[in-house]
Amino acid sequence: MFASIGSATHAVNKVGCMHIVSSLFRRAPAQFVFALLGLFCFAPKCFAQEPPYFVTYSSDLEEPGNLEVAFKGAVATPQYGNQFRSGTLELEYGAKAWWTTELYLSGQNTAHDTTVFSGWRFENRFRPLFREHAINPVLYVEYENLSIADRSLLEITGHDSKSDLLLANWQGRLETERSIETKLILSSSFHSWNISENFIAEKEISAEPWEFGYALGVSRPLAFAASAHGCMWCRERFAAGAEIYGGLGDSNGFGFKATSQYLGPTIAYDIPHGPTISFSPNFGLNANSIGVLYRFKVSYELQQIFHRRSGDKRGQ
Amino acid sequence: MTRSFLITLLVFAALAPLLVAVDQSWKKHISQPDRAKTNPFAGDANAIAAGSRLFADHCSKCHGADALGRGKRPSLRTPEVQSATEGEIFWILRNGVLRRGMPSWSSLPEASRWQLVTYVKSLGVTSQSQSSEDKGHQE
Repeated sequence: MFASIGSATHAVNKVGCMHIVSSLFRRAPAQFVFALLGLFCFAPKCFAQEPPYFVTYSSDLEEPGNLEVAFKGAVATPQYGNQFRSGTLELEYGAKAWWTTELYLSGQNTAHDTTVFSGWRFENRFRPLFREHAINPVLYVEYENLSIADRSLLEITGHDSKSDLLLANWQGRLETERSIETKLILSSSFHSWNISENFIAEKEISAEPWEFGYALGVSRPLAFAASAHGCMWCRERFAAGAEIYGGLGDSNGFGFKATSQYLGPTIAYDIPHGPTISFSPNFGLNANSIGVLYRFKVSYELQQIFHRRSGDKRGQ
Repeated sequence: MTRSFLITLLVFAALAPLLVAVDQSWKKHISQPDRAKTNPFAGDANAIAAGSRLFADHCSKCHGADALGRGKRPSLRTPEVQSATEGEIFWILRNGVLRRGMPSWSSLPEASRWQLVTYVKSLGVTSQSQSSEDKGHQE
């Protein structure tokens, strides 16, 4: 009986999943992302128990052998500028239980302007301590190759400002920034709450100074215990929290002066047998920030993508 | 400029040896209070059902749907695992064995981890050592 209920629920979820993905990506600049993620709705997956953050990293790494495919979007209308819609495809792979590697591909579309591919990032995260502690550190190092037309806003550092977003796409594409970004990620679990702090130091590979930033996040699942029977809308499938992040100036002028700062609630929902969707409106806290920045994310985890092949080899 | 960039890389490289921890039997690291922790859901049929769902979502791809292990991933129905205290299994869910590929599940709420422990302990010992799913695949 449970099997037939389960298969019926799965069929309904497939339809629901396609609807959600198609509506979220209707405006995405990279159409192939839509096709790719839509396809994943029909593959086996598990839901990830990650905090619902967009900018802040926690100490959670991808499980070894799993590949998470995610699409992160941001929509905003900067003052005196045109509305932009950015999209970033993330491919996150658990290389080891203590090492996660990730590739980002970003693009954006600006109203009354063009749609452009704005660059890529390659990041690695390492857990130096192999057990859980009150505060769990993770080391993060990333190489970025992004044009100034990039609008993904995956982190805010230095003196980033809303005025950076007023450049026309053709102007932004003329200059590419190549930089190394490092983060110290600190994360704690306290009575099933997650509290994470990130300290960012970024250096462009040119004569630019070091730029600094931070992100803080706090979240919790809406239910701590799982229910005995599968359910579509039960609280255990939701996680909620809040994030605050912004720039901290650079090595020539450390502090909050002439930086942008954001604060916002965030919520995530795990669709049974489908992707996890997250949403967060971020509110600018000072005059350098965009008024409201809407972020959304759809992520999908494929488990043990290479395991079957390695099992074959062992069996031969 | 280039020097500061290289220094950054060297700092990260210098921290890399920290990643190579000495691996010993996982039970050795568990403190007595952790071993003695009691499961608030012990024997609860609903917790077993909930734990079964969590196991299917998070654990079955590595340990097999029947928890008999897959490839190098161990069976959870061996005498060693089944004779472990619930506190010991809870400890390993929280900490993982990172060097051997078992991730930490500290992001799961504590109550959910206890439900998983309840389910794993309900499985009992079996002499089979590899998932029938995996065997079928190898055939």
